[in-house]
Amino acid sequence: MAEIRIENLHKSFGNFVAVRDSNFVVHNGEFVCLLGPSGCGKTTTLRMIAGLELPSTGRIRLDGEDVTMQRASQRDIAFVFQLFALYPHLNVRANIAFPLHSQGMVRSEVKRRVEAAAAMLRISHLLDQSVSGLAAGDRQRVALGRALVREPKAFLMDEPLGALDAEFRELMCDELRGLHDRIGATTVYVTHDQAEAMSMADRIAVMNEGRIEQLAPPQEIYDRPATTFVADFIGSPPMNLLACTAPGGGLAEGASSVLLSGQPVRVPRLAREVRNPNLTLGIRPEHVVLDAHSPLRARVTASEYLGTLQIVYLVVGSEESPLRARLRSDLEFRVGDQLGIALDPARISLFDAQGSALATTGSPEGARSG
Amino acid sequence: MAEFALRGVTKRFGKIEAVRALDLDAADGAFVVLLGPTGAGKTTTLRLVAGLERADAGEVLIAGHEVGRLEPAARDVTFVFQQYSLYPHLSVYDNLAFPLRSPARRWDEARISAKVNEVAELLRIADKLDNRSTRLSGGQMQRVAIGRALVRAPQVALMDEPLSSLDAKLRAELRVELKRIQRELRTTILYVTHDQTEAMTLATRIGVLDQGRLAQIGTPREVYERPASTYVASRLGTPPINLLPLAALPPSTFPQLRVPEHTALLGARTEHVRVRKTAGAGAAFVRWIEHLGDANHLHLRLTTPGDSPPQELITLVDPAIGLEVNDRVDIDFFAPLCFDAEGRRINA
Repeated sequence: MAEIRIENLHKSFGNFVAVRDSNFVVHNGEFVCLLGPSGCGKTTTLRMIAGLELPSTGRIRLDGEDVTMQRASQRDIAFVFQLFALYPHLNVRANIAFPLHSQGMVRSEVKRRVEAAAAMLRISHLLDQSVSGLAAGDRQRVALGRALVREPKAFLMDEPLGALDAEFRELMCDELRGLHDRIGATTVYVTHDQAEAMSMADRIAVMNEGRIEQLAPPQEIYDRPATTFVADFIGSPPMNLLACTAPGGGLAEGASSVLLSGQPVRVPRLAREVRNPNLTLGIRPEHVVLDAHSPLRARVTASEYLGTLQIVYLVVGSEESPLRARLRSDLEFRVGDQLGIALDPARISLFDAQGSALATTGSPEGARSG
Repeated sequence: MAEFALRGVTKRFGKIEAVRALDLDAADGAFVVLLGPTGAGKTTTLRLVAGLERADAGEVLIAGHEVGRLEPAARDVTFVFQQYSLYPHLSVYDNLAFPLRSPARRWDEARISAKVNEVAELLRIADKLDNRSTRLSGGQMQRVAIGRALVRAPQVALMDEPLSSLDAKLRAELRVELKRIQRELRTTILYVTHDQTEAMTLATRIGVLDQGRLAQIGTPREVYERPASTYVASRLGTPPINLLPLAALPPSTFPQLRVPEHTALLGARTEHVRVRKTAGAGAAFVRWIEHLGDANHLHLRLTTPGDSPPQELITLVDPAIGLEVNDRVDIDFFAPLCFDAEGRRINA
């Protein structure tokens, strides 16, 4: 098993920059997801690690060794694709053993490795069956087995669950994470599905336009998004982003209040001075609470019933973007109702005019306030 | 735009009965969502209405006419699949215009153009009309596919998990769009999903399928608050409903609990449960608090009488509740659901 180190990696196709000056490390045994919308550079990054694509500039180190210019076959990395190609005329055992036979490994060792991989994937009972009669999930397990027997230094997976139907995908997520916990292989996994990334990854790299916007554990990505892009990409519904201003045209270090629709709102203390008064306030829908006495007022425009909870769509003052609040369903609202709302100050993220999170130092004084 | 109905429809594949004696009525302009796990028969039901499958027994009615023997093209329905299927060699405009150019319609190009532009406005893709369909993002492609299904104002629009291949953000956005478009056009939609959030937010009525049978149909609120059975109750709600055998809830620990006669199982969702920390023995202890980003699930282990198997109860909690692992708690149930030994709900 191995560490993967990416240094100043850059890739352009003609005028199009697919990956911009990327730097990150996947630690030994870690499960890292590259997450982002289509065209963000996640698959290109993975293909460069695999050796299926050569970078324009930059280095890739596998366990310290520079493999940037090595062929894919020399890298000791297993790649799992979205569509699994199995040899239809071979049985399960021969399919899994295929990469070992082609290396000329002795038969007893092949047998040992195939059986160990099958046990790991819980398909030992299928070893002597034909692959053509297998269910989709078992076919996928066989494909994984073929990657596993090579005992590679790392696994790279490109949306391996993308071709499965939605319900089965959720089951396979649990299974893949379970497999990772058993073998502890360094894994880089590409997906556009935040639920897959949140449930499987040790750390998630959220990518946008060839850049990594944030690389952090799932909970940190969710609680403390580094940019407005991450805030808006993660969460369902995503984080509310509201335009706010700094009173007096700027904020001093240690300031803990901004103006939202003309009302002062408590925010975490700023670690540094901010000169540009145009800020964005981010708050998750579950951290918007009702408070009849709050001077911050909002108008109900719609609600979505979800059972225990509902999503209530609000408009604050003349603010254009909606504020979504996740509230209990036994509270009843009518469109047009005016409500007092409060935002949990400890849960607020602040972003500068460029959309980068502002550093803060812990929670503000006092309890919740409008 | 029309009403449609299934009457006693059965469909077999070999020995497997995929759909069993299914009755379903949908009013003109209804948004009916079929919800169920893989193999419940939801896609087969959709394909029976489309004419892609023939029923072994029963009738399929669209706008009051039996259509069971008609070819798909003659049924005046449209179909949207999970994977967007657009004509890759055509522009967005031509993809939308395609169904309107059908010789059966005899529309002139001016009328087609007016209709395409109207729908493009509604879908907010008016600026993309000249693009090749393959130059669109996944969300835009699926929006065009949905638009193409609605543009010709079919009697019924049929949709099979149309949002499930999109990422979560796009899925949520398109969900809101689809609901808005359906309201404006008043299209009758039959929609298949296994995603309870889609079902709850899109449907005027949810039909829950269980092994080819319709277990219950009703408004989202009816199906959620008054489920016919433990099966239906278990399909909706996050975290899932807690189904607790009454034997695990002795009067000594739960003196306030009153249930109707023949109750065998108590169904408790978050809104039916209040948890209070106690210094005494308590009704349960905290096993685990699961932080899921947007919610915290409290896992409790009930203090069950001697020989009965251990029972877990999972409920949503406010992060500020101040409970820790191994804390003892008392539990109050407020108007929980009650089920008999066969799993049918009993009115309290």
